[in-house]
Amino acid sequence: MAPIALGHYLTVAAMLFTIGIFGIFLNRKNVIIILMSIELILLAVNINLVAFSSFLGDLTGQVFALLVLTVAAAEAAIGLAILVVYFRNRGTIAVEDVNIMKG
Amino acid sequence: MSAVDMIQFNADVMASTPEIALGCGAMALLLGGVFAGDKWSGLVTWGCVALLCGVAALVLTTGEGRVLAFGGTFIVDPFARFAKLVVLAGSVNAMLMSLDYLRDEKLTRFEYPVLVTLATLGMLTMISANDLIVLYVGLELQSLALYVLASFARDNARSSEAGLKYFVLGALSSGMLLYGASLVYGFSGTTNFAGIAQVITQSGVPLGLMIGIVFVLAGLAFKVSAVPFHMWTPDVYEGSPTPVTAFFAAAAKVAAMALFLRVVFGPFAAAEKEWFQIVTFLSIASMLWGALAAIGQTNIKRLMAYSSIGHMGYALIGFAAGTQSGVQGVLIYLVIYLAMTVGTFLCILMMRRDGKAVEDIADLSGLSRRDPTTAYLLAILMFSLIGIPPLAGFWGKWFVFLAAIQSGLYFLAVIGFVASVVGAFYYLRIIKVMFFDEPALPFEKSLGNVNSALLAASCAFVVFFVVMPAPLIEAASAAAKSLFP
Repeated sequence: MAPIALGHYLTVAAMLFTIGIFGIFLNRKNVIIILMSIELILLAVNINLVAFSSFLGDLTGQVFALLVLTVAAAEAAIGLAILVVYFRNRGTIAVEDVNIMKG
Repeated sequence: MSAVDMIQFNADVMASTPEIALGCGAMALLLGGVFAGDKWSGLVTWGCVALLCGVAALVLTTGEGRVLAFGGTFIVDPFARFAKLVVLAGSVNAMLMSLDYLRDEKLTRFEYPVLVTLATLGMLTMISANDLIVLYVGLELQSLALYVLASFARDNARSSEAGLKYFVLGALSSGMLLYGASLVYGFSGTTNFAGIAQVITQSGVPLGLMIGIVFVLAGLAFKVSAVPFHMWTPDVYEGSPTPVTAFFAAAAKVAAMALFLRVVFGPFAAAEKEWFQIVTFLSIASMLWGALAAIGQTNIKRLMAYSSIGHMGYALIGFAAGTQSGVQGVLIYLVIYLAMTVGTFLCILMMRRDGKAVEDIADLSGLSRRDPTTAYLLAILMFSLIGIPPLAGFWGKWFVFLAAIQSGLYFLAVIGFVASVVGAFYYLRIIKVMFFDEPALPFEKSLGNVNSALLAASCAFVVFFVVMPAPLIEAASAAAKSLFP
């Protein structure tokens, strides 16, 4: 069996990234799914960073990945806070209903 | 820590004094606000204004030339100093504009000035970034504060919807930028801007790096709201509280543009052939869409959003020129745009009736008979936004178009000119509504002292720029020069 090479990691990351992007644009149901898609995008980036870091023998990528994890946590917290405020005003978090302003 | 390390550490701290002071000051004011409560929020606001002014003084006085700090990840050069001063000016404006508005809307909370200060800290960090990691952390610090500011009127459905939309699309753009950054890191082996530039100069742009560059530029285009990554702008501008919208249009745009300049002329300078097409497309699409889509708008804040999209398109012409005079043109453009947009948003702040903000263009009808001073000032700002000489807006366009023509990009200059003519329509419509339509009901009051002074200052800048343009042009020239060592 062939060993797992850099290309395999990059392919998985690219797939996760694409799923995340599609999750944001194709989903019409629930804003929570958008938050999950955003996490998926950030995790794809982390796989990329750690794979590159390991194959280059350079620690910078892993430091970057740790910072991305930290920021992702802050981002999720703020996103959920805004979502709670939005729900209190509108009583719904369906994506279709996010349309007071046209655009 | 050895003596040599200690000396280096001191030098690093010296170079980043403005950011450290701003961070510590913001936390101190946050603590003060928490202990004193909302009734002291005016004091916190003035504390933040004083802090930002102090930081501007620090930026002006500390260090000269080009200083690299923290192992080359942080850079302070004339370009960074220039951009930081412009951003700080925008933030101070946003803070002062908020005083009356937040009181009238019963939103007086001390978090507002603290969030603006923290967003400013993020902007200063990203302007000084010389490494992909610093770029990302600065950008996120700015964005996270801006998401909260957009939904600051938390009992207002439109404001929370603006915050939600801004959050989702902002997080998406950060994700795209980050994915690009990971590819750039992987295919160049370093996150340092100087290192990336060296790799590209030596061994060209392999496919993986190319994809990385495209993603990074797409993420940045989101932040400066260039077409086709502009769809968040009108909704966020319309829904956010007006001083916050002014902050987005002024400080956040300038900081994102400065970062964009740093990235295309720093690490990706040798890949100009690759990014030239992207930037040219962004520029043309933004100019044309900014001009055309604004025509049908009735909400003035939405109109200003399309106006800002168009203006970012004009500024991007200077990027495409790819020369020192192009960068100089962009910097001059940003300063002039800041003055015009702050003035216009001050006029929008004044549009209140029955204790509520009104935002339709029709609400300005006959303003020249109700309040001639404001009507004439707003008309001056509109003429400047169109680019009528000798007002400042004309000179902003002049410098970027000139740079484009010097680089042989005649088509960009021509498209820019055509877009200005089309765009003139909707600015002129506002003037027509103010001067020739039947007067609507009067607004409940005129601007407060602070806001009147700001409005007078921005109009004075727009009118008298032509009398004494040399200081700004020379400062922008020195700043642009430092991007081309």
